[in-house]
Amino acid sequence: MGKVVNITVAGLGGQGVLKVTDILAEALFDAGFDVKKSEVHGMSQRGGSVSSEVRFGDRVFSPMVPAGETDYLLVLDSTQVEVNLSKLRAGGVLITPDDVPLAELENPKAANILMLGALSRHFDLPEELWLKHVCRNLPEKVHEVNIAAFRLGRRGKNADR
Amino acid sequence: MIEKELVSGNEAIARAALDSGLCLGVGYPGTPSSEILENVAALGGQAEWAPNEKVALEVGIGVAFARGRSIVTMKHVGLNVAADPLFTIAYSGTPGGLVIVSADDPGMASSQNEQDNRRYAIAAGVPMLEPSDSQEAYDFTIRAFELAERYRCPVLLRMTTRVCHSKGALIRRPNASPAPAIAYEKDVQSNVMIPAYARIAHRKLRAKLAELARFNEEGEFIHEDHGSSELGIIATGISYQHARDAAPEASVLKLGMTYPLPMERIRKFAAGVKRCVVLEEGDPILAEACLAAGVKVEGKAEMYRFGELSVGRVRRILAGDTTPEAAPPAGKPPQLCVGCPHRRTYEVLRDFGCIVAGDIGCYTLGVLPPFEAVDTCVCMGASITTGLGMRHALPEAEARRVVSVIGDSTFLHTGINGIVEMVYNRPKTGHVVIILDNSITAMTGMQENPATGRKLDHTPAPKVVIEDVVRAIGVDHVDICDPTLDREHFAGILKERLASNDLSVIIARRPCILAAVKAKAYQLGGK
Ligand SMILES: Cc1ncc(C[n+]2csc(CCOP(=O)(O)OP(=O)(O)O)c2C)c(N)n1
Ligand code: SF4
Repeated sequence: MGKVVNITVAGLGGQGVLKVTDILAEALFDAGFDVKKSEVHGMSQRGGSVSSEVRFGDRVFSPMVPAGETDYLLVLDSTQVEVNLSKLRAGGVLITPDDVPLAELENPKAANILMLGALSRHFDLPEELWLKHVCRNLPEKVHEVNIAAFRLGRRGKNADR
Repeated sequence: MIEKELVSGNEAIARAALDSGLCLGVGYPGTPSSEILENVAALGGQAEWAPNEKVALEVGIGVAFARGRSIVTMKHVGLNVAADPLFTIAYSGTPGGLVIVSADDPGMASSQNEQDNRRYAIAAGVPMLEPSDSQEAYDFTIRAFELAERYRCPVLLRMTTRVCHSKGALIRRPNASPAPAIAYEKDVQSNVMIPAYARIAHRKLRAKLAELARFNEEGEFIHEDHGSSELGIIATGISYQHARDAAPEASVLKLGMTYPLPMERIRKFAAGVKRCVVLEEGDPILAEACLAAGVKVEGKAEMYRFGELSVGRVRRILAGDTTPEAAPPAGKPPQLCVGCPHRRTYEVLRDFGCIVAGDIGCYTLGVLPPFEAVDTCVCMGASITTGLGMRHALPEAEARRVVSVIGDSTFLHTGINGIVEMVYNRPKTGHVVIILDNSITAMTGMQENPATGRKLDHTPAPKVVIEDVVRAIGVDHVDICDPTLDREHFAGILKERLASNDLSVIIARRPCILAAVKAKAYQLGGK
């Protein structure tokens, strides 16, 4: 059986952690993988730590990433890197706000989608598939900014134009 | 091509209810159960929020008396509130399919306790199904309606936080289970639980459970992975998924119906392996049942009764590892939002040095800094009543400092009884109740309630007016204010009422900042 890939997305309430994992999970599912996504819905109150997980492969059982076995850790808030670092396996990929061209972003609300774009570089899925699910999960009036944000993240920091 | 969807356990239950010809879904919000009815409504089904879980279950029972299919949803502690009708409807049963969803919260992601509601199935004598993923949540819900009708008994569908909120693949079977036609048939022996009929009904119930145990032995709800004979695992719910990752080589017996148990199948499985471990979250109910039946199994160590299981913890259980576990990294705790209307109220209560009998909602967070203003929190509705108890017991100077705070949704849930108690058994020093009316059920994700003027699907509804209710019960003073807008006005009223021997209700009214945005959108016709 093929290996299951583990992704953890972390940040603070209100940053769109759950939205990013929804898009991620749906894109991978659409690409034909078995996918499970897990999160603990906190309370309504904003500002607490939030993390959510996606596992994909040929067959996924537990929806929770085993401790210390995250292959890709995406952290949307710099203050949350340290508390989540123990989730990453040795040699795993860490993506933080420092690794993405955040300064070039027009609308800071799309930061989560920009970071998703950065993560998408690690998977062999076509850009259209990602954008399809970005759009499906967001209201139409913000499609344009989020598509731009995704592309910016996917292009990478200091990349050639 | 059959379409596959990626959905949560709660979304799967909603789909199953609709594919079973649901007549009405009714419940009271509570994490992790709330999305079930929200999805029923979003998909075009009939769903409503009741003021509390007892009311919800009774409405559901009525639907099922009329031979409609009804699903009643709540979080685990909600079943405590609904326990009274549960125990007796187990005796009489209903002609229509009645499915009760109990969403348990091992680990207390968002709850005041981690009670294990499998005990309710045993105590009430109601069959229980436990899905382990979204597909099973769907399949088991459909079968639950059918079993409920075939055996004329309510069925408990036990979910847990992980199964409710995790997403996985789902293939639907539209019109899988056509619902019987709605019809009322008078049958007093079955439906009127006077002692003479209830004595008969209790015997019938025990006979039904024996039949259900035989049915469970047949294996429809049993799944077996044939692996090594060195290690056998008996698992239920989410523990099954963890077990497959933690010990892919093991033989596994997964039980989907966990009451009444298929003890002969369990016995046979255990006899076929060298070592047999029972994996279950929460209380060691299954392990104890096996041991009581003389089946040689190993349960988990006591330390694993607490919290959720995970792949890592299952590995430890299988290895017999009872060394202390690493504490999970402490993240940033949730806080009252900046601009939350509860903030100002708590600042005043803190500055006044009140003893605050608290309740459950966003406003429980007033216990944390910078407020540290909440003194007690037991269960929904308990603020008014525990506050009264303290007023009765404490010496006068202390009694005068006691205030009860309660949210609007919680007030309508089980707070009204407390006001009745207050008027009837009046403390010598009177009492002060503050209703924190943010015009929404915020804590559980912005659900409507009878005082918001909107139904579950956010369309307009008649409004229960809180001040009219408390006035009608007979309190001495009812004041309405907005501490955020005019802190001194609120503080002045509070000071005066605390000094008097009167019964006072102060309604601190200002919408939750997150709900206010939504309320505007609903007014404009959006959802
Ligand atoms: C018996 C029971 N049912 C449901 C819940 C889940 N729950 C916790 S608080 C709450 C309601 C909170 O609403 P409200 O009182 O209006 O306060 P708010 O969160 O809006 O401040 C609910 C439904 C519970 N804890 N106990
Ligand atoms: S969600 Fe509403 S009630 Fe809850 S903390 Fe935020 S503003 Fe306050």
